[in-house]
Amino acid sequence: MKPAQFDYYAPTSVGEACSLLARYGSDAKLLAGGQSLVPLLSLRLAQPTVLIDLNGVPELAYIRADDGGVAIGAMTRQRAVEHSSIVREQCPILPAAVEWIGHPQIRNRGTMGGSLVHSDPASELPALAQMLDATFTITQTSGSKRTLKADKFFVTYLTTALEPDELLSEVYFPVLPAGTGWSFVEVARRHGDFALVGVAAAVALDDSGVCSNVRVALFGVAPTATRSPGAEQALLHQKPDEQTIAAAASEVVKDIDPPGDVHASIAYRKYVATNLVRRALTEAAQRAR
Amino acid sequence: MVSKKHTIELTVNGKPREGLAEPRRTLADFLRDDLELTGTHLGCEHGVCGACTVLVNGEAVRSCLMFAVQANGQEVTTIEGLAAGSKLHPVQEAFWECHGMQCGFCTPGFVMSVYAFLQENPEPKEGEIRPALSGNICRCTGYQNIVDAVLLASEKMRGASETIPVLSQPVKE
Repeated sequence: MKPAQFDYYAPTSVGEACSLLARYGSDAKLLAGGQSLVPLLSLRLAQPTVLIDLNGVPELAYIRADDGGVAIGAMTRQRAVEHSSIVREQCPILPAAVEWIGHPQIRNRGTMGGSLVHSDPASELPALAQMLDATFTITQTSGSKRTLKADKFFVTYLTTALEPDELLSEVYFPVLPAGTGWSFVEVARRHGDFALVGVAAAVALDDSGVCSNVRVALFGVAPTATRSPGAEQALLHQKPDEQTIAAAASEVVKDIDPPGDVHASIAYRKYVATNLVRRALTEAAQRAR
Repeated sequence: MVSKKHTIELTVNGKPREGLAEPRRTLADFLRDDLELTGTHLGCEHGVCGACTVLVNGEAVRSCLMFAVQANGQEVTTIEGLAAGSKLHPVQEAFWECHGMQCGFCTPGFVMSVYAFLQENPEPKEGEIRPALSGNICRCTGYQNIVDAVLLASEKMRGASETIPVLSQPVKE
């Protein structure tokens, strides 16, 4: 259980990190909080020859809110987001999702950017980013930046659209329009374990109580976090009641492709996904004004 | 390939310490093998069990998921740093008095997690204690006496030192 050898660099600025990335490219891995990467190194599932540690780059750790959303630097610790009063006020679903990540000791080190870039299909933040339609700011080695929306950022299992010589510098979570109800629910064998299934949902109602916006994102049930257009379309322009929500929830099975493993079979994950979507849409509709 | 060794200067339990280590050396191995502080235990070595929990700049972290080189310039507290000479820390006393351990292997990690938790939340309810303990695995006790120990430690640390250990109660979330 010891990592293979690697060379270690600890840049103190994004510029320095970029020149190291330019030099080492795909031989290098960026080290953020290390809560997923270090286990992979210890198990020797990953053996990069160079580690570039971003923990000494203070310009990547910040939380800034504007009227439209919350911008979070990639190296912001999950605990900082969990305890941020700005985030709690502007984007309460964010701490609600972060609380499901691992344990306090993990969130003390784990970063927002690290979790998103790791893109584990069973992790919370990619699904939340999909649901909120987050924007990812990517810094290239030339120093120029590009942005991607969540639906383009997550590609598949443990894979994002980041190139080997790029780094994620910021993620911007737009706030939900006023009056929108939300819900974040998850089922795991034990709290803090990888989710069997999780759901992030939001529902907005118009003056007559009909759904004017419905968003459903799931994790743990596909190679990457995914929206469920089937469930969203089924509930849109409907009054959310027990029947319409149940009908919408039953649509999710067409949009997901859950794995079967020792923790849960494919059929069980589909069953849990349907139930969790029903529960999440019910709670989101109740919170909507 | 032999990777270069790095000089690591850090503060451990209030004392300046120094060592030389390859970057792949985890903080846990560095504490145990280089600094001979073997109170920090290693269970799973991949971030699941919590036995290796130490404080880095006051925050509980898994020392198997940090490299020693990352602790350069930081302040680390290990289980060895809690007692004042032969006087146990109230968290340690509470674990002892409540019998919050059986084999004791996981105990250093629990004590460090509880220490950090009580700094943040000095008067926790049982429903808050259980999630705070969720990152540490104990295969002996069934956790009940550990929960009791946290309640007692919180009382002790708030100054009510001569209290009778609380009896186990059913879980109230």
